[in-house]
Amino acid sequence: MNKKRPKHLALHKIQLPLPGFVSILHRVSGMFLFLFLPLLLWIFYASLHSIETYTRLVEILQHPLSKLVLLGLIWAYLHHFCAGIRYLGLDLQLGSSLAKARASSWWVLGVSLSLTVLIGVWLC
Amino acid sequence: MLNRIVTGAHYGLRDWLIQRITAVVMVLYTLGIAGYLLMQPVLDYNAWTLLFSGNVIRTFSLLFLLSVFYHAWIGVRDIVMDYVKPAAIRLIIHVLVILTLLLYVIWSVQILWGIK
Repeated sequence: MNKKRPKHLALHKIQLPLPGFVSILHRVSGMFLFLFLPLLLWIFYASLHSIETYTRLVEILQHPLSKLVLLGLIWAYLHHFCAGIRYLGLDLQLGSSLAKARASSWWVLGVSLSLTVLIGVWLC
Repeated sequence: MLNRIVTGAHYGLRDWLIQRITAVVMVLYTLGIAGYLLMQPVLDYNAWTLLFSGNVIRTFSLLFLLSVFYHAWIGVRDIVMDYVKPAAIRLIIHVLVILTLLLYVIWSVQILWGIK
């Protein structure tokens, strides 16, 4: 198999198919959530520990930058959640045909983004 | 003979299955908590701490967090196996991730059972 094969990689013409895009976002959102675990655990701690830490946390979360980070984490959780349910379905051979797999990819993107927007509106 | 390396996967069904079982635990817990919070007329410190005051909910919250950490370990390990090739660096990252996640376990217990 040492034959030299011609390569025709027209990078402006090829792109990741939609299920592949959802898949890489699943990985990115998972890594993002893992890296922010200490922050999430600290938020959980501050929200429960005492009324003082709770009040302080609410103050910090009023800042636009913290809202942005929080919203990013909420999107990551929702995307990972929806894409994960999609994979559990695929494991059970539900919707594994190409058309259905594409449709469910749109659903994952749509549901997680709209819920993020909804929570964002509620937060602001 | 398979080329089995210490920083590889465990070439079996176990981690794959645990990834899915922990996922189901997290989905159920998330839907339960979200449903409960949506039904609350007021969401303040009192309502929030009341939710986590019982031992049953603390136990299930710990189960959820343990699922998060185990799930995260398998996910991070898969990512490291894909992008980090030298075995020594892989081993260092694996050890650091495992130790960090174990510290999170201890921290989670302190958070859940340390509410004033």
